[in-house]
Amino acid sequence: MIKSFKRNIKGILIEGMTLSAALLIIAIVVVMVTVIVIGGKDQISWEFLTSFPEDGMTKGGIFPAIYGTALLVIIMSVAAVPFGTITAIYLTEYAKENSIIAKTIRFAVRTLAVIPSIIYGLFGLGFFIKFVGTNVDNTFLGGHLKWGQPNILWASLTMALLTLPVVIVSVEEALKTVPRDLRAASLALGATKWQTIWKVVIPGSISGIMTGTILAVSRGAGEVAPILFTGVAYYVATLPTSFSDQFMVLGYHIYVMTTQSANVDKTMPIQFGTTLVLLALTFILNISAIILRYRIRKKKTD
Amino acid sequence: MIHEKIHTENMFLHYGSKLALNDISIQIPEKKVTAFIGPSGCGKSTFLRSLNRMNDLIDGVKIEGKILIDGINIYDNNIDVVTLRKKVGMVFQKSNPFAKSIYENVAYGPRINGVKDKKQLDEIVETALQNAAIWTEVKDRLGDSAMGLSGGQQQRLCIARTLAVNPEIVLMDEPASALDPLSTSKIEELIVQLKEKYTIVIVTHNMQQAARISDLTAFFYLGELIEFDKTKKIFTNPDKKQTEDYITGRFG
Repeated sequence: MIKSFKRNIKGILIEGMTLSAALLIIAIVVVMVTVIVIGGKDQISWEFLTSFPEDGMTKGGIFPAIYGTALLVIIMSVAAVPFGTITAIYLTEYAKENSIIAKTIRFAVRTLAVIPSIIYGLFGLGFFIKFVGTNVDNTFLGGHLKWGQPNILWASLTMALLTLPVVIVSVEEALKTVPRDLRAASLALGATKWQTIWKVVIPGSISGIMTGTILAVSRGAGEVAPILFTGVAYYVATLPTSFSDQFMVLGYHIYVMTTQSANVDKTMPIQFGTTLVLLALTFILNISAIILRYRIRKKKTD
Repeated sequence: MIHEKIHTENMFLHYGSKLALNDISIQIPEKKVTAFIGPSGCGKSTFLRSLNRMNDLIDGVKIEGKILIDGINIYDNNIDVVTLRKKVGMVFQKSNPFAKSIYENVAYGPRINGVKDKKQLDEIVETALQNAAIWTEVKDRLGDSAMGLSGGQQQRLCIARTLAVNPEIVLMDEPASALDPLSTSKIEELIVQLKEKYTIVIVTHNMQQAARISDLTAFFYLGELIEFDKTKKIFTNPDKKQTEDYITGRFG
């Protein structure tokens, strides 16, 4: 019954290896966040957040990029959230669980979720700009180029397609937490199916709909690829005022600063500052989504 | 002669390929309490849910035969299920108030029926809560969430919610099975009062409860209606041996 030294050392080694792999993850997060925070913290000021870039984007602030990102996610949400919610309502309330149509929709949603984001960008370019936009220009504007080029509307709609699966899955999950009993109670009182959905099911899952929205916004705020061809600009001197305007975005601004700038070293503080702002933004959004989701799960188990 | 409210003739219900109700013919009188008893899985709850077409929500349920309410076949093609369910209300086994205020729970039915006038709603809510014998307990906190009420209070609130739609028939699916004895006796008292205005059909597992509150009792077994008679007769001198075995506790 003497411990085998050999076996013992093997056990320790395996445990050590798995632990180091796990610790490596923590180290990556810590290093990444620390570097960004240290590099960016001095850059963050009221002025940096609220002013335009200056001197060929080597000085000044990032306000247009913040504004553009906000506008992008708002237009995107206005498109994706109702559309996604309606789809989720169809799937949970109307479609029969194992019907071919429900299965097909679920398959399509899963497929949309794994399509690389750059392909969304290409789709947006081909569909929204070249097909829809160009045809609108030719039909209504006599060929005058307005909608057949990148702008914030097409970028937002492309982004909406990308985030649609996130919205659908979150809302579906939330709708399922509303007990069958409550639907039965409402129907037994002589409510129609739609009245039941509108007055009982949706109010009961509003926090899930919000979670879906926040997750979609956080995903949309960080993505660059889908808007690359569909609306984002290197630099615009004015804020977008129309759907047909181009705009700036935080994620793309970082890319521009690090690769396209005339003097990369000079813009380094701006790069860090922009990165920190983007990181903080997505971090806050994700935390709120997690808190909301936690509340829903708690409600479900009550 | 007592007016008959619900009348079924040779009614069969298939659940997929399984025959769940076999040739049920019954006449349920107006403004009486009729109890359905029988062992679990005997079809009594399924039959109850056929009376306001809640079975429509379940895939694979097929019904044959006639179910008449006030002489009208409720499974006819031209019957509006929504209107039917206003006339035939239902109270469920597990109390299921909405996550809204006490007031909003009761006002839900009238509101979906288009009652908008605040004063009229107030009246309906108060009357319904009084009829469900819960008014004095909640009248000072109508704005509070219904989820804060006790189980027995929640169930009486659900009864009030059903009454607020002004039904003629109230179906109750084991309404007291999840409640403590005190709450149960309150619900039972309430049911006896309600029969002045409503036709009550109640499914119960509890034979003493059926004996205490019902005027008529129907005994179901394996999807068949074995015997239907005055409660007193069923519990003292049933015609069928199966009924006697069940009420004396020999099986079930």
